[in-house]
Amino acid sequence: MSQSYNRGLIEDFGRWREFSAGMWAWIFHKFTGWMLIGYLFTHIAVLSSFLAGPEAYTDTIQGLEGLLLIRMLEVGLLAVAVFHILNGIRLLLVDLGIGLDSQDKSFYASLILTGIITVASVPTFLDGFGGVLG
Amino acid sequence: MSTQKQREPESQEPSDGETTPTPQERRLERKESDRAVREEAADESDLEEETVLLKVFRYDPEVADKQEPRFDEFHVPFEKGMTVLDAVIYARDTYDPSLTFRHSCRQAVCGSDAFFVNGKQRLACKTQISELDQPVRVEPLPHQEVIKDLVVDMDHFYDQMHAVEPYFQSEELPDDELEEQRQSRENREKIKMSSRCIWCAACMSSCNIAAGDNQYLGPAAINKAYKFAMDDREEAELTEHRLRIIEQEHGVWRCQTQFSCTEVCPKDIPLTEHIQELKREAVKKNLKFW
Ligand code: SF4
Ligand code: FES
Repeated sequence: MSQSYNRGLIEDFGRWREFSAGMWAWIFHKFTGWMLIGYLFTHIAVLSSFLAGPEAYTDTIQGLEGLLLIRMLEVGLLAVAVFHILNGIRLLLVDLGIGLDSQDKSFYASLILTGIITVASVPTFLDGFGGVLG
Repeated sequence: MSTQKQREPESQEPSDGETTPTPQERRLERKESDRAVREEAADESDLEEETVLLKVFRYDPEVADKQEPRFDEFHVPFEKGMTVLDAVIYARDTYDPSLTFRHSCRQAVCGSDAFFVNGKQRLACKTQISELDQPVRVEPLPHQEVIKDLVVDMDHFYDQMHAVEPYFQSEELPDDELEEQRQSRENREKIKMSSRCIWCAACMSSCNIAAGDNQYLGPAAINKAYKFAMDDREEAELTEHRLRIIEQEHGVWRCQTQFSCTEVCPKDIPLTEHIQELKREAVKKNLKFW
């Protein structure tokens, strides 16, 4: 009779092109959630440099902020957090049964808003970049 | 067409205008030329003869050289209004009688022909070929075991459906034996959409929570539970019993609102909405006890 076998990529992430809005929202939400948890721990690690004294803390922060990579990661972190918040609000509405018919639109809206806020934040994050170095 | 041809001589007799053509004659003439144009157009489309390229998933564990899943290609002549089901029926009847799939009503009523068409769970008899990109890829429903070709094992889906006790079971019978068990109009409206389910399992197959958790009731079963839990005619204890079923570990709380089921349901049932409403009902019920 019937037996299990591998049907290849049909059943997994290889189908990403066929995912719908709701599915993407779910994936992004999971992804950003894990990113935020990951950040939390690095955040604690950086803050705990304070234990070695105020100078160590200042050095760490200045050293990190002097790296362009860190500045860029900060922009990414903002994007991740903003999306997670906005989609979280969307999910809250979904849980309350509000606007379920336009759940795809609210997902796109949170994406666009995230994009706008992220782009708008870039000057703030890069502000004084040279200053720290100099 | 043919009826008009026959009428032609008759209508010419009573018209006695010898020189100028009567309006009737002119009309006939115009019809004649229209018909010629139409026929020409028809001839042309005959020449090009549109065909649809089908790529159909094949697998048969009982035949040695078909145990390896593969795709077969079929060129099927396109007809206006052709559905995916029509196309696979044509392929089976014309090219390969061993091509196996379920179908019955051909009108989106029996729910037996949900396939994975071009990457989406669709009811083959309700899906127009003209709306799809070519080639049309037809596969069995994902997340269900394939028995042969497009036929999947539905047992698990049916088990989940039965787990929610999908039948009306009020103890309160009307006084008179012959009296109907009436439902208010509003209440009927409320459960209207949920009662449309045809047990096709498209939703279950699209849900990747259901794929990862075999015990999850799945959208269709929860929707069934909704239909009865929301029915006013059942007593409060029964409704509570139903809510207990759906709020168990593998019930409504597994749903993570991906909306995949709602997207694929051929009967347009707002599945996610119903699941969410049951979640709220379950919370309300539990809050009462505190
Ligand atoms: S809820 Fe819709 S998709 Fe699911 S089994 Fe019923 S008709 Fe099919
Ligand atoms: S053949 Fe009955 S639903 Fe398609």
